[in-house]
Amino acid sequence: MNLSRLRTLFSGREMSIVAALIVVVAVTTVVNTSFLSGQGIHDLFLNASIIALLAIGQTLLVITRNIDLSVGSVMGLTAFLSGQLFINDHGTPVFLVLLAGIALGAVCGAFNGALVAVAKVPALVVTLGTLYVFRGLDYGWATATGVQQVNADQMSPSFLSFGSGSLLGIPNLTILTVIVLAGAAYALHNWRSGRELYAIGSNPQAARLAGIPAGRRVFTAFVLSGALAGLAGVLHASYFGTINASVGGGRELDVVAAVVVGGVAIFGGSGSVLGAVLGALLLTTITSALPILGVPAFWQRAVSGAALLLAISLDRAVMLRVATKLREQRSASRA
Amino acid sequence: MAAPEQTPPPLLELRTVSKSFEAVKALRGVSLTLRAGEVHGLAGENGAGKSTLVRVIGGEHRPDVGEVLLNGVVVDFSSPRDAQHNGVAVIHQEPTQFPDLSVAENVFMGRQPLRSGRRVDRREMRRRAAELFDQLGVPIDPQRPTRGLSIADQQIIEIAKALSAEARIIVMDEPTAALSSLEADRLFGVARRLAEGGAALLFISHRLDEMYALCDRVTVLRDGAVVAEGVPMSEIDQDTLVRRMVGRPVDQLFPQRDTDAGDELLVVEGLTRSGVFNDISFSVRRGEIVGLAGLVGSGRSEVARAIFGIDPLDAGSVRVQGAELPSGKPRAAIDSGLALVPEDRREQGLILDLSIERNASLARLRAVSDKGIVRRSAERALARKWADRLGLKSGALSDPVATLSGGNQQKVVLGKWLATDPSVLIVDEPTRGIDIGAKVEVHLLLSDLAARGMAILLISSELPEVLGMADRVLVMHEGRITAELGKDEATEEAVMYAATGNLKGSVA
Amino acid sequence: MRDRIFRWESVLLLLVVAVLVYGASSTTGFSSSDNIAFLLLDNTEVALLALGLLPIVLTGEIDLSVASVLGFCSALTGQLWNAGMSFETIVPIVLVAGAVLGTVNAALIVKFGLPSLAVTIGTLGLYRGLAYVVLGDGAVTGFPENFRPLATDTVPGTFVPYATVVVIVVGALIALVVHFTPVGRALYAIGLGSETSRFSGIRVDRVKMSLYVVSGVIAALASLVYTLRYNSARADNANGLELTAVAAVLLGGVSIFGGRGTVVGVLTALLLMAGLRNVLFLNDVTNEIQNVISGLLLIISVLVPVVTNLLRKRRHAAAAPPPPSTQTPSPPDPVGAAAASGPYEEDQR
Repeated sequence: MNLSRLRTLFSGREMSIVAALIVVVAVTTVVNTSFLSGQGIHDLFLNASIIALLAIGQTLLVITRNIDLSVGSVMGLTAFLSGQLFINDHGTPVFLVLLAGIALGAVCGAFNGALVAVAKVPALVVTLGTLYVFRGLDYGWATATGVQQVNADQMSPSFLSFGSGSLLGIPNLTILTVIVLAGAAYALHNWRSGRELYAIGSNPQAARLAGIPAGRRVFTAFVLSGALAGLAGVLHASYFGTINASVGGGRELDVVAAVVVGGVAIFGGSGSVLGAVLGALLLTTITSALPILGVPAFWQRAVSGAALLLAISLDRAVMLRVATKLREQRSASRA
Repeated sequence: MAAPEQTPPPLLELRTVSKSFEAVKALRGVSLTLRAGEVHGLAGENGAGKSTLVRVIGGEHRPDVGEVLLNGVVVDFSSPRDAQHNGVAVIHQEPTQFPDLSVAENVFMGRQPLRSGRRVDRREMRRRAAELFDQLGVPIDPQRPTRGLSIADQQIIEIAKALSAEARIIVMDEPTAALSSLEADRLFGVARRLAEGGAALLFISHRLDEMYALCDRVTVLRDGAVVAEGVPMSEIDQDTLVRRMVGRPVDQLFPQRDTDAGDELLVVEGLTRSGVFNDISFSVRRGEIVGLAGLVGSGRSEVARAIFGIDPLDAGSVRVQGAELPSGKPRAAIDSGLALVPEDRREQGLILDLSIERNASLARLRAVSDKGIVRRSAERALARKWADRLGLKSGALSDPVATLSGGNQQKVVLGKWLATDPSVLIVDEPTRGIDIGAKVEVHLLLSDLAARGMAILLISSELPEVLGMADRVLVMHEGRITAELGKDEATEEAVMYAATGNLKGSVA
Repeated sequence: MRDRIFRWESVLLLLVVAVLVYGASSTTGFSSSDNIAFLLLDNTEVALLALGLLPIVLTGEIDLSVASVLGFCSALTGQLWNAGMSFETIVPIVLVAGAVLGTVNAALIVKFGLPSLAVTIGTLGLYRGLAYVVLGDGAVTGFPENFRPLATDTVPGTFVPYATVVVIVVGALIALVVHFTPVGRALYAIGLGSETSRFSGIRVDRVKMSLYVVSGVIAALASLVYTLRYNSARADNANGLELTAVAAVLLGGVSIFGGRGTVVGVLTALLLMAGLRNVLFLNDVTNEIQNVISGLLLIISVLVPVVTNLLRKRRHAAAAPPPPSTQTPSPPDPVGAAAASGPYEEDQR
């Protein structure tokens, strides 16, 4: 019973990512045993947490055949917001900062969502635009307030310890990410609205005919993605301590890579948040493993890019084999 | 069905419904009655108003004049969803489903059974879906992904969807166009079961023989008006029916022709593509029309595409006018004098957003160019020439082809390919989905082309068409040629026999 | 049927004129020939990248790796220069490198059939990463005195930089092919209906592959200009420029779905963005605020056709007659994005 439960929880794709993860970790540990130490694993999960959070939000959108390229800029905005809140009042409670970040992120997401769902503008174009607009607002805010950078000592200690702290050995950030993951996975699997997200991406026309309120669903997905990006920005600030207006730059592409590696089809309709998070974990692990394996830091980006290409190539190869098998099956069953 | 003393109100009734779009009167005072337990046929040429009628019933359009009554009560559907809630279901020719989701989820999307905590109850969903398929008499695994299912199976899923939504009025809009006759029979069985269960069915088809096989009554639309309403099928013969549809006596659908076949222009030998077709060999002579018959899915279109070079070949050779064609190169095929009018007019034959002109010249871009620059005047001249020759009814040639009727669209495709000056023409389902008037024109055209020496391979699922047009009939079954019948041998039975896989002793 | 008056290119042109007039009248230093030259020069690379992107987007694909190709080629230039190779030899090698990188994209996207968005996000990282592998963190400078002026100076007697002449030549060539040749027709056909194009004898694969190779070569060319202009080869040169190039293409009226758009539109959009940035720059508006304007322009450019469509639908109260076939045609694309077919009307030149 337990084993079959496990099988339904982890799809084939997720198993392969875990397998790849094991391989990478194994190889790296051979070279440097401290990689698999308590501290090593701790740092691995910590590093992956923020990008995993972004990946969850992005998955909600990619499933519906949309994309959000503005997540990095939203992150920058809310990281900066955190800094500003502390400058305003050094003792701002952590909870409030988190809430503020989520709220600002949600507003940004709503802006994206309104343009895509209501005005029916393609997501790629909208979020490319808001990538610029939000980042510009971020810098503009920095210039207007004269605050170019916020340092760790300007933030409350409880905020910083939240970011770097852990509970029972598990980093706080990771716990948060896992909670969000569980929630998202639950909703996508069990709620009608979650299933409808898949339907929208699988066949938008059929979704319309089936009476699914696609506009509303997509709008909500954008708001959620924005909120998660907002949260990620605050967590970034609490973890790194020092922030400026360039936080989050370039993250959007890392997130899309994680999501694709995680098995979420860029054409929508399939994939899981678990897969996306595993994808983020895998890519982060590879990046951390490289220096230990003696690969110069300069190879990191190249390896990430290559990993993405490998993942989608393998996907394609599998899909072709399945299609051929289906074809043969169909001609055989025709009797 | 004998009318009882006190008849309950019909499930669906349209009373003098009219609908116009700008200047076009699509429906004029249409009255229609659908009763429980009956299969009601709707006949009419393209443009007669059948689609509009379906859309009014389905809730997509509101009538300008007249009323729609459900069980005797006037209703006003605000949307297709509204109509669905009221028990109306429309099964389209090409069902739209969610390929990534399971069959059960497709049936219940948006209405999934729930268990505690608003969670989708998958087990219940699966059980109910299995129950529905049982009811329909068609075994489909509710858990399998919908991707890869045949159109016939997808339609059954649509019907299951309708049943699960407790639809009492089911409209089937040209459901058999893409089905083999076996699958169509299965569909008819399902339809009869639905009717027996108390539903009212509206069955729309261009295939009159199907209508006679399935329907109890028929209503004929012509130019938006009803010319025969609810006539029992037993009281109207096919000729009269056609006459009512067309408004003029139709003597013969198929032109008589004396064939004087010449040398072999197309010779294919041993064509094989694993899993699709095997060892296909035949030839087509100058002036000959060879029919290629078979059930949907027997591999005929695939053979045509492989001959033309769109799909790859694992083995075999194709020779046009004696010269061997390199496989997998459509351009080479075109240059050697081969042309293929594809099966799917909208996705393979035309680019709907482009103008008539640009579609017409698409296969001959180099010919309308001078020193590497495309000449609009040459393009226009080419389009004009073929529009005139084929009797194209359109606005300006610069209008997008999407604005044309099915028959006219097919003329554009034909013109495009005839402009390449082929010696061998392969036509795949040339008259599918076009009205009778246009069908006649296409048949005359093909006949004329053959008389002028073109070698024609006619692929068609409409048996009367194949038997009426072809000099020789090849029959395929599951990727193999099971019969080659001369004009005298080719009877409906002989073709069906071979198409369903029974091999006669004397044929390969 | 076709509202020529509302062609997007005309709107863009009007905006360009407005910006130029505003700049000339109210911003000091705008109309000086030095400034105009600077305006044009600074946007050479993005213009080249955008021009190389246009044919790809016309076929309904995308290439986000263009700036990374530029970066790699720049890094390669630096490394070869360091190794003592003469610049004359470096130029063809770099162009070939661009072609090779483009071919890799082509192979993955066309031969393997992988989605271009995902692939070029991957190669964007891969190529940029390889740039670092080749050159590392530092910069190479000291490029030859006889080559540098080609990238920095203007044609004597005018305010037009040599680099802009390059842009114009490349633009003219692309315009010629896209708008006047059979290959160009094929691009639009592929973008609007790739299956039909295949059936019509168009070598869809071959055409698509060549576009990526050309884009790679153009990116390599842009890298040469960039490296010479700044007299600096770095692995992070033009980091992020791909998004500006894509923004320019989309702003220029090219539909993200393919099948619609013109070279004139893209060039005008580039001019608009360049002019705006320049005016803002002269008015001491920071780079990032300029980005906000670019972003807003992009969003507005795709909102306009949606709004005009809505107004047009209101005017014609009843819907047009439904298409005669039983199934309404449906675009296979993002939720509700069907309405946004681009801010221009059908026929291209």
